[in-house]
This record gives sequence, structure tokens and C-alpha cells, in this order.
Amino acid sequence: LSAPSANSSRRDFCKRAAAAGGGLVLAMTLPAFGGRSRSRAPAAGGQLNAWLQVAADNSITVIVDRSEMGQGVYTALPMLLAEELEIDLARINVVAAPVGDAYVNALNGGQITGTSNSVQDAWEKLRIAGATARTMLIAAAAQAWRVDPAQCHARNGMVASAHGKSFSYGDLASVAAKMPVPKDVKLKPKAAFRLIGTSAPRLDTPGKVDGSAEFGLDVKLPGMLYAALAQCPTLGGKAAAVDASRSEIMPGVRRVLSTASGVVVVADHFWQALQARDALRITWEPGANARLDNAAIWGVLEQAAAANQGLVARKDGDAAAALKSAQRTLAAVYELPLLAHATMEPMNCTADVKADRCDLYVGTQVQQMAQEAAAAAAGLKPNQVNVNTTLLGGGFGRRLDVDFVPAAVAASKAVAAPVKLIWTREDDMTHDMYRPPAREQMSAGFDAAGRLAAWKMHIISPSITARFAPAGTDPFDSVVEYAANYPYAVPNFLLTYTRKEIGIDVGYMRSVSHAPNCFVIESFMDELAAAASKSPLDLRLELLARKPRHAAVLKLAAQRAGWGHAPPGRHLGLALMEGYTTYLAQVAEVSVNGGVLKVHKITCVVDCGQMVNPRIVESQIESAIVFGLSAALWGEVTISAGQVRQRNFNSYRLLRSNEVPELDVHLLDSDAPPGGIGEPAVALVAPAICNAIFAATGKRLRSLPIAAHTLG
Amino acid sequence: MARITVNNQRLDVDAAPDTPLLWVLRDHLGMTGTKYGCGMALCGACTVHVDGVAMRSCILPLRMLEGKAVTTIEGLSKDRTHPVQRAWIELDVPQCGYCQSGQIMSAAALLKSNPRPSDAEIDAAMAGNICRCGTYLRIRKAIHRATELLPPPDPQS
Repeated sequence: LSAPSANSSRRDFCKRAAAAGGGLVLAMTLPAFGGRSRSRAPAAGGQLNAWLQVAADNSITVIVDRSEMGQGVYTALPMLLAEELEIDLARINVVAAPVGDAYVNALNGGQITGTSNSVQDAWEKLRIAGATARTMLIAAAAQAWRVDPAQCHARNGMVASAHGKSFSYGDLASVAAKMPVPKDVKLKPKAAFRLIGTSAPRLDTPGKVDGSAEFGLDVKLPGMLYAALAQCPTLGGKAAAVDASRSEIMPGVRRVLSTASGVVVVADHFWQALQARDALRITWEPGANARLDNAAIWGVLEQAAAANQGLVARKDGDAAAALKSAQRTLAAVYELPLLAHATMEPMNCTADVKADRCDLYVGTQVQQMAQEAAAAAAGLKPNQVNVNTTLLGGGFGRRLDVDFVPAAVAASKAVAAPVKLIWTREDDMTHDMYRPPAREQMSAGFDAAGRLAAWKMHIISPSITARFAPAGTDPFDSVVEYAANYPYAVPNFLLTYTRKEIGIDVGYMRSVSHAPNCFVIESFMDELAAAASKSPLDLRLELLARKPRHAAVLKLAAQRAGWGHAPPGRHLGLALMEGYTTYLAQVAEVSVNGGVLKVHKITCVVDCGQMVNPRIVESQIESAIVFGLSAALWGEVTISAGQVRQRNFNSYRLLRSNEVPELDVHLLDSDAPPGGIGEPAVALVAPAICNAIFAATGKRLRSLPIAAHTLG
Repeated sequence: MARITVNNQRLDVDAAPDTPLLWVLRDHLGMTGTKYGCGMALCGACTVHVDGVAMRSCILPLRMLEGKAVTTIEGLSKDRTHPVQRAWIELDVPQCGYCQSGQIMSAAALLKSNPRPSDAEIDAAMAGNICRCGTYLRIRKAIHRATELLPPPDPQS
């Protein structure tokens, strides 16, 4: 049965006819998103470059090559182009880019949405694209009028001449597309921006308030079937024997098949597939992780720390000698737990495999990797796989992995029909690519004059990068990245890294190295301040004399939060960080009564350079703080017998509306180049709160989550 | 074959009686605005109205809906003009947006029973809806804004 639906005719298809030569030639029927009209093919017009299509009817389509997962790229990136193109932002239709060379993120070396650098990568690229297209549109008009292009100007989607004539961009597009591509276009100075720096409304909001926004879970294709997947409960295990006799006779079931990812049940509807999956009788071969648990993981990391001094990631002076001659030393061990991403939209993928092609519909942060994974599962070449990126119901790094793609492709191939494979929440929680655990061993020393003379830090952790990019040659995992950027002035500094695998896959999670490293660095800085009987603020400022942007955000955050003047019963803790070329300071205001912690307020001052859209920046900072609060207070994935014990939101607690503290987010105006905003603010939450807990109780927390500690 | 009323339309559905309303809406009726998040009424992503009351459709079997009126996000208004939707647009509440259908349905149900909720009443009413992007403070502001956009109370009532 099919019933009338607001969305029933919304699925269009993106056809990539050719990607020829060095330039990108696209013949596309571009699907719009967010409930905008997309039933008609674009009228004749022109594809002015890889990011811009102007149709004869004046509709303007911007192709965005980063995935929209809430961080606002479907608004911020079009703003960059629209600034130079001289068009109204609200007129733009956004479509997701297919796989293509033009769409590689130069800062990440692939078509990757991650590392909080979408705006940094696009900052010049898309403004140049807009200016180039504008120049070509003006040239087309000037040619028609037989005047000097210098006598024409572009404004609000029109080119006007000095003698009062005008053409719309739609009139000009087909001619403009054939004009020579200008080199060295001049970009507007900041003073001339009319759009960049404004809180223009997000282009994706309308579709997100009426249910029409299309996430991967919402993809509909004619004749589509649904699939559920049974994965081995023990991480890394596999099915030894499958008895599908009960499942195969259940209503709607079309096929049960074994894949490398697990046993897939394909049915007419998802609920049928799920019931039949749960009726499978599978004998699992648990494999090497049968006895893995948290104690074993911490034991393995501790042994590795003792056995190995680690590879040197940063060395200034001679930390060992300075520690030996120090007047006073301090040492501590910190531990960071495994975490789950827990995106609200569980992993899912829709595949339509034909003899010579595969159409993939997926919320992914890595289009090329999705293409390769699908090609391998379908037995096709990568260029036979067409990747349609949907909106992502949260990414946070989880969708940098494509482990949910191959089973969907295998199922579609087996039943010769489009298949949407959906993970349940329990599948998602128990088969994440978890944030790796880390053990961080710290020591520091003050010299006879009371100056911080030595800082030594040894990080022991499994590697994300070794699995994600096995061809890479960098021996340092991204988990050490922020520690290597330690900002405080200390003459003798040693950072070492020991890679130690724990038998399960670990992945990138929002604020990848920053969250663990900032917790440790900022907590240990507070320990040093206490040892030196100095204020945590004063000690930091003393060591930031050559770091003006750090010092500025720290001072302002302290001032806004009332540092030194906490209300009765309240205590303050602070944290500082530069991450993703954004400078932040946070102050947490807490109370601890009868062992019960309450976080009353978080103050956050942010210098992220030039802002494209301050309202989106502010929302990302709020978002990151809430994300950081869940992790700091409760975040922990526990394993026993190789199985993850957290299965749903009742055992993996996330912050709810009644638990959000007051937030004071203050954004600094800056002329510096744009920094990243999606991730960094996560990292400061845990150390700021734990430093405030120390101020309140004298108790130093050297592991997370806070809920695992007794505060009373 | 079951007959249910969704967004003022009477519809026949060929699904097993234990099928949760969530999957009936999404897979049988093509109304994908209502989202799957947890399957256990823990996150609120699947919130719809049943006879005007916010309910979690992921645990409501089809057989319980005989004679009831279901409203989904698609039926809240024809053109995003419900006060809650207008407020959400004005404040640019959504980030990834996945939970927002459920948030909006919960907020709309709250305002129906309490047209002037306090912060604490909003937090209590919305505590069943998880937003992993952390849009909670904007949701609270938008609910207050929506109260200003509500039509004036009917003098007859």
C-alpha cells in the first residue's frame, strides 16, 4: 500500500554523466534538498564551474562538497560563493557533490568532511569560484552589449551596464559558461563583505522543521526492500553457523545471506526484517576478544607504558635532566575511557546494485571511501559507483567510517533490488568505532627559582590512523596532535607516544586528540598551580607571555565568569586551548554538596578568526559544550567478554534539556583567517569542570567520567 | 488490513498488528519525517500526537490505534506555519536536524496544554527528547517565542 505523502515525489536522481579530463564536466539532474521544489529538471543554463549552476530560469544551484551534519556547511559554504557572485543567499539551492577530483578537501587530502576545516578549505576556493563566475557573467553581458566589461557591474543576480540595461544571470548563463575562465580574480576585502560575517538564516532549516529533510534513513526508491543485520556480539567475532529456518518463513522475508559484516535479513519492510533477524539462530565464533574487558585494556596500556618510552613526538631542551635537577617534581597518571559517538540517526545505507553500476545513498563524511567500499562489495570498479550523499543525522566522526556500507551493497546485489539496511540503536551502540582509550603519564618539575622547568608527557593508546589510513607513514597517531601543540612556555618539554592496540577498532570522535589531551594538560596545569601555591589563572598567564591570542581569551573568560568572585557555595575551574586554529577558554561554575555535583554555568570565550556566520558559530560552540558535558559527566563504554555493555540511551546517558547549565558563549571579532568551530569547544568542558571540582573539594579527578568518582 | 487516521486522512495499512506506528508511518505510508532513534521510547525522535497527546510511535503497536487520530510532523501544518515551526525557523534551531521532528511535536503538544510554560516546565516537558547536537537552549528560546506567535485565545472558550 502506498498513501499520499508530502514527500512521495521528492526523490530525484543525480546522474554523473562524465567526469572528463582535468576539468569537471557535469551533466546533472541535481536533486535539491530540504523540501524545496525538485520535481523539474533545471532549465537550460550553464554550469559555470564545479560548484555553480545557473539555469535559464534564474535558479541557482550550489554544489557543496562537504557533508552537512549539523555544522552548517550547507549555509556557510554557499555564503562564501554568494558573497562574490553577488546573489541573494536565500535563492540558492544546495546539492551534495558527487565523488570528484574538484571536491577533494585539500587540507585533508581526500573528499573528507572532518578536522573542522570545511570553511578553512573553502575560504578562498569558493570565493574565487564565485568571483570567477561573476566575471564570466559580466563578460557575457559586455559581449552582448559590445561594451567594456569594466562598464558593467553585477548585483543581486543581475548584470547592469552603465547605460541602464540589464540581464539576469539566467539570461547570461549559457553564454557565460563558454567564456574564457579568468585568472587571478580579485577578492573583496573584509570591509566590502555584505554577507560574510552576518548571521544569515540557515538554508537547511525549513526542511528540518517540516519532516521533508532527507537523511539516509529516509531514502525511498521504487521497489526498495529493507534489511536488518546480525553482527557478532563479541567485537571482531563472526558467525560459525547460521540456522535461518525460522526466519525464512516469516512474513515478508525475501532472503537471508551471510556477509563479511554479519548475517543480513532482507524483507519487504524493516519491522519484518528486524523480527526475522531476531529469530535467527546463530552460533558465533567470538574470536580473539572472547576475554577482553576494561581491566584487560587498562592492564595492556599500563604494561606498554612500562615497557616502552615511546616515540618522540616533540622535544625541546632536555626534560629528563631538568626533572632530575628540579627543586620540586610532580607526577600523575591520567586515563581516558572508550566513548561511543551515538549519533541520533543510527548507521544505515541504501544501495541499488545493477550489473554495471551501483547507486549508493548514504550519510557519509567520506564519499570516496564509501565508493570504494561499495565497489568492492558489488564487484564493480569505483567509477561505477555513484555516491549520493544525504543529510547526516549527526556525524561526530562516526561517519568517517564506512563499515555499514558493504552489507547493504551485498544485500542489494543478492536480491537484485534496491535495499535500505538499517542498524538498530543497539547495533549502533555495540558496534561503534569507539573513541580510543588513552593512558597519559605526566611529570613536571619546578626549578629552584620556582619556574616551570620541565614537562614530560607519555601517551599510550591504540592508533586510529593506522586502521583509517594504513598506507600512511606518520608513526604518530592523531591522538597526540594536541599535546604536541602544548602552549605554555617551558624550556624542557618531552612528548612521547606508544602505540598499543587493544584488539578492537577505534575511530575518530569529535575533538579527536584535543578532548583527551586538553583534559590531561589543563588538569595537570592545575595540579602544578596547586603545588606552586599559585592561582591557576596566574600560573597560566605567566607562561603565555608569547601567546597573545591564548592569553586574551583566557583573561576575558576569567573576567566574564567572575574569577576570584564566585558566588557563595560555587567554585570555578578553567581550561584553555588552541585547537583547529581556534582559541578558546572556558570557565565552569560548579557546586558540590553532599557529594552531588551540579554544573551551574559554563563561560566560553572563542577567537576563531574571521567568522562566516556568527549564529552558526555560536550554535556549534553550544553544541560542543553539551557534547563535552555528556562525555565528562557520564561518557564511558565498558566491555566484558569482548562485548559492549551499553546498548541504548538508558545505559549510555546523554545530556537532556533539564540538565543543561547556563551557557555564556562570547565570540571575539577577528581579522585572522577562519579557524574550525565544529569540534574544539568539546575538549575544554571536562578539565574546566574537574578543575572546579578540585576548587570545591580538593579532590583531583584523573580519569573520566566524573560519575565514576565519589565526590563526597 | 488495519485502518488508521493520520493527518486527518483515513488510510488502510497492510501490516502486522504488532508493527510499531513508527514503521507503519515510515515504510508503509512513506511519511519519513518521524524518525527512528532508539526503539524503546528513550529518545523522543519518533514523537507524534495521538488524539493530541505526544506519544512515542516506536513502541505503539498498530493494533492500539484503531479509532485514534495520529498527527505527524507532516501534518502539523501544511506550510511550516505552526507557531512552533515558525519559531524554530526564526531562531535557526536545528543543527543536524534528525531529532527536530520529535522536538517540534513535543513542543507543540506542550503548548497545547500549557500556552505559557516556564523554563522549568519546558525542561520537564522536553526531557524525553534527546538532541545529540545540543540545541536545547535554542529549543527553550524557540518555545518561548512560539508562545508569542500562538493565536490569541478564543474568547468563546
